[in-house]
Amino acid sequence: MNKLLPAVVLCLATLTVPGLASAVEYGTVLAEKSVIGFVSKQMGVAVNGKFPKFTAQVAFDPAKPEMAKVSISVDTAATDAGSKDANDEVVGKQWFNVRMFPTATFTSTSVKPAGPGKYEITGSLSIKGKSQPVVAPFTFRADGASGVFEGGFVVKRIDFAIGEGSWTDVSMVANDVQVNFRIVASAAPPSPATARPAAKSK
Amino acid sequence: MSDTTGKYSGTAITLHWLIGAMILISFGVGLYMTGLKFSPEKLKLYNWHKWAGVSIFMLVLLRSAWRLTHAAPPLPPMPAWQRFAAHASHVLLYVFMFAIPLTGWLMSSAKGFQTVYFGVLPLPDLLGKDKDLGELLELVHRWLNYSMMAVVAAHAAAALKHHFVDRDDVLRRMMPGNRT
Repeated sequence: MNKLLPAVVLCLATLTVPGLASAVEYGTVLAEKSVIGFVSKQMGVAVNGKFPKFTAQVAFDPAKPEMAKVSISVDTAATDAGSKDANDEVVGKQWFNVRMFPTATFTSTSVKPAGPGKYEITGSLSIKGKSQPVVAPFTFRADGASGVFEGGFVVKRIDFAIGEGSWTDVSMVANDVQVNFRIVASAAPPSPATARPAAKSK
Repeated sequence: MSDTTGKYSGTAITLHWLIGAMILISFGVGLYMTGLKFSPEKLKLYNWHKWAGVSIFMLVLLRSAWRLTHAAPPLPPMPAWQRFAAHASHVLLYVFMFAIPLTGWLMSSAKGFQTVYFGVLPLPDLLGKDKDLGELLELVHRWLNYSMMAVVAAHAAAALKHHFVDRDDVLRRMMPGNRT
């Protein structure tokens, strides 16, 4: 992984130079059009929630998916868990503990094609000081000057100690939480402000 | 065809007391659970309350179908205003028994919580998630309940009055057993 990183960074750096990139590269996330939601099951009842505040960096060229990089940082304090009661509870120590862990992050390690318009992203999910590998299938389609990435994956909340104490009872709130994302990015290279620090060289 | 023994049928009697008991318990649980701090226990009680509500609603459908096909025994002699009060309060109770579970179901949908009967049978959400509508329905559900309890109290008090003061068979007609 450490040997791969400089190579990937070099490729990313070339992508930031206009004219050297081939095909279309999607690099500017349109946060207001993007959604990261989740579904938790409470005693068999599906409850919808979402993470309305997040920042995302994407560098994706559908002609070269293996070169793609994605990193997402979610503001856990803004979590909408479906009701005022739940929202007040979910930021507390037994749940996201937002005072100590204000963000949850996803950083990709690889993207590979999985059929026409389909891909699989592998990465590391960090929540509440714990990290777990994630593999998420997603689809990509161009929509005018934007690209739409849609996919999802299951998070086992107990792995991240989300819901401690009496909330560890998974018959009350299921262990499996389905996370769904719809990220819209425009076909423009990442601006210096949003580019990841390692890709700043031009 | 009206009952010749002067009593309600066994089915009517069973449904009356079963539904009455479930309503009283659900009312108590409803009052208690809304005061709880958010916890797994609160979630559990809310779901039990909703499942009881669905069960009550189905029993009320049965009771209503039975009532429409099996006439109640005629009331014993009593002043006209009491006769009117009896019929009016019974009609009101049927209205409450339909409206209260219905408003509960609608409220739950408007608050974004689908009702899944015993965690296995999902009931459709008749309304989409709508915070203001959810809060309005909560008020309606709550005040229908308080009003129903007032009528239930009058209903029970009247039955006791008829039994102990008037010494007629109003209460006996609704008691289990063979003879009035």
